[in-house]
Amino acid sequence: MSNSTKIGTEQMNTDQDNIVIRINEMHKWYGQFHVLKNINLNVKRGEKIVICGPSGSGKSTMIRCINRLEEHQQGQIVVDGTELSNDLKNIEVVRKEVGMVFQHFNLFPHLTVLENCTLAPIWVRKTPRLEAEEMAMQYLERVKIPDQANKFPGQLSGGQQQRVAIARSLCMKPRIMLFDEPTSALDPEMIKEVLDVMIELASEGITMLCVTHEMGFAKTVADRVIFMDGGEIIEENSPQHFFDNPQHDRTRLFLSQILNH
Amino acid sequence: MSETALSQPQRNIVSRLWNDKETRSVIIQIIAFAAIFALFFYMIRNAVINLEAIGKDIDFAFLTQPASYDIGQTLIEYTSRSSHFTAMIVGIINTLLIAVFGIFLSTILGFTLGVLRLSKNWLTNKLAYVYIEYTRNVPVLLHILLIHGLIVHALPLPKNALNVGDAAFLTNRGFFLPSPQFEFLFWLVLGLFIIGIIFSLWFRSYAKKIQDSTGKYYPVFWISLGAIVGIPLIAYFILGSPIQWQIPELKGFNYKGGMVVRPEFIALWIALSCYTAAFIGEIVRAGITAVSWGQTEASSAFGINRSRTLSLVVIPQALRIIIPPLTSQYLNITKNSSLAIAIGYMDIVATIGGISLNQTGREMECMTIVLLLYLSFSLLISAFMNWYNKRIKLTER
Repeated sequence: MSNSTKIGTEQMNTDQDNIVIRINEMHKWYGQFHVLKNINLNVKRGEKIVICGPSGSGKSTMIRCINRLEEHQQGQIVVDGTELSNDLKNIEVVRKEVGMVFQHFNLFPHLTVLENCTLAPIWVRKTPRLEAEEMAMQYLERVKIPDQANKFPGQLSGGQQQRVAIARSLCMKPRIMLFDEPTSALDPEMIKEVLDVMIELASEGITMLCVTHEMGFAKTVADRVIFMDGGEIIEENSPQHFFDNPQHDRTRLFLSQILNH
Repeated sequence: MSETALSQPQRNIVSRLWNDKETRSVIIQIIAFAAIFALFFYMIRNAVINLEAIGKDIDFAFLTQPASYDIGQTLIEYTSRSSHFTAMIVGIINTLLIAVFGIFLSTILGFTLGVLRLSKNWLTNKLAYVYIEYTRNVPVLLHILLIHGLIVHALPLPKNALNVGDAAFLTNRGFFLPSPQFEFLFWLVLGLFIIGIIFSLWFRSYAKKIQDSTGKYYPVFWISLGAIVGIPLIAYFILGSPIQWQIPELKGFNYKGGMVVRPEFIALWIALSCYTAAFIGEIVRAGITAVSWGQTEASSAFGINRSRTLSLVVIPQALRIIIPPLTSQYLNITKNSSLAIAIGYMDIVATIGGISLNQTGREMECMTIVLLLYLSFSLLISAFMNWYNKRIKLTER
């Protein structure tokens, strides 16, 4: 696409263009079980969204639908102009642009930290190895573990592994990052090192969706907090309003449970 | 240490040595070693004394005497006037033939079964399940006898042979197949084939270099396949098919010409392979399921496609789990081939450990030879698999 036409369309519908993820009346079932009910969500470019809610509320399932690790059965999900359906090419296009960090890190144990970071750039982006390695080292420096590059994941602590996982995702230069409870499997003293990396990342303008119960993180970083329960989005608001003035009983109950200890 | 010594001055030296963790383990090892050595010494002495008592000595000279029995399947020149030693070599070759063919077929069948067992398709999954449960729960000897029985009793006599395309004939005396007669130009095709192999080895490292420096990658598998199989195949037809196939013909009561695969070989090969494949299938399934689903998810979340996810992420991890038990199965198939004697396939046990032994009465010598042969085959397979296992392990930790 040439520059001039791009600017043209941008001027025509700035609002349209600013929305990178559009979820419309989306439903999902696991067999008979209705996991996600009528999800509507628009995410603007660069927006940081924190999703919280009791366990089993469908928050992980929802963000896993955004890169189609889970299929939705009804409604529409459009990521950066590409609609997700059974079309494998579209799925590939979306996955290239969407990074994901998992609760249990899911690093590749048979590859070194550096190889973990270069695998996708080499095989998906077709980056030359040296270039991929240089880039990987840059990101490893940003997550403050360049000295571990030649170790295997099993030799690192949980916090270090999760930081490698973040660096690994960033190596694909994604425009959107999904975090699926990135600190839930970590020891308390390691949570901070991972959150620090995420806060730094948030300041750089990347679009972030983060499922987490770290309310401190939500307050510092989020543009919007979404509360889910029973497969529905119950409430969404700016963190200030969300924490100080929750609208729904269920939100109040949830907040009282996680904040009062 | 000094404290306990002070508080219990009356404890003697033996008690102190015995209650020390390290010296105790040394003492136990010395006792165990001495016991094993004594047992061996007793057995060997016993054998020597008993042999002496019945007037026998240990002597391998019988190996050079004529064997004076016939062997059905011989890949080297052998007649009943050949020596026991030659008979033994024939037996070794036959055992190795079954082992190599069996390992090859059972690996292919086993990996296929393992993948089918993981399939989401209900029918293929259950078919593989039923096959595995039936096969591995029936003794392998029964499989051998059953398949041998099927070939000998269900297949027709040569005069009514099952005709496959006027080239191969399946009978109860074996499968008669056309044998190739190579013309001069064929060696050219073979040359191209070898060049193809060398080319693809070189191309693999070249492609890796190109990928490292530019990021571009070639379909290495397909290009190699083309070089190794495609080009020689085209050359073969351009050169006017320089292999003459000698087709077996029915002469009198049996087929002449061509080559024959004997019913015992087929029965043993198929039965051992199918039996072992059931175990390998379960090993492969276990190996692949042991790699957590999160690995596949992480890989596909990057947009790495299904087949690369398998080859770059899942299989390297599954192999570490598969290889050690797979080695055991290879050893099993090699040793189970000794059941050949049940259907008269002339392997090591049937030749040197069977007829030669009976004719010469040299049981100590024959059994020692058989034992050492199996031991050395098994150790060779083990050594190779351990080397391979170490090689794929090195990349992990």
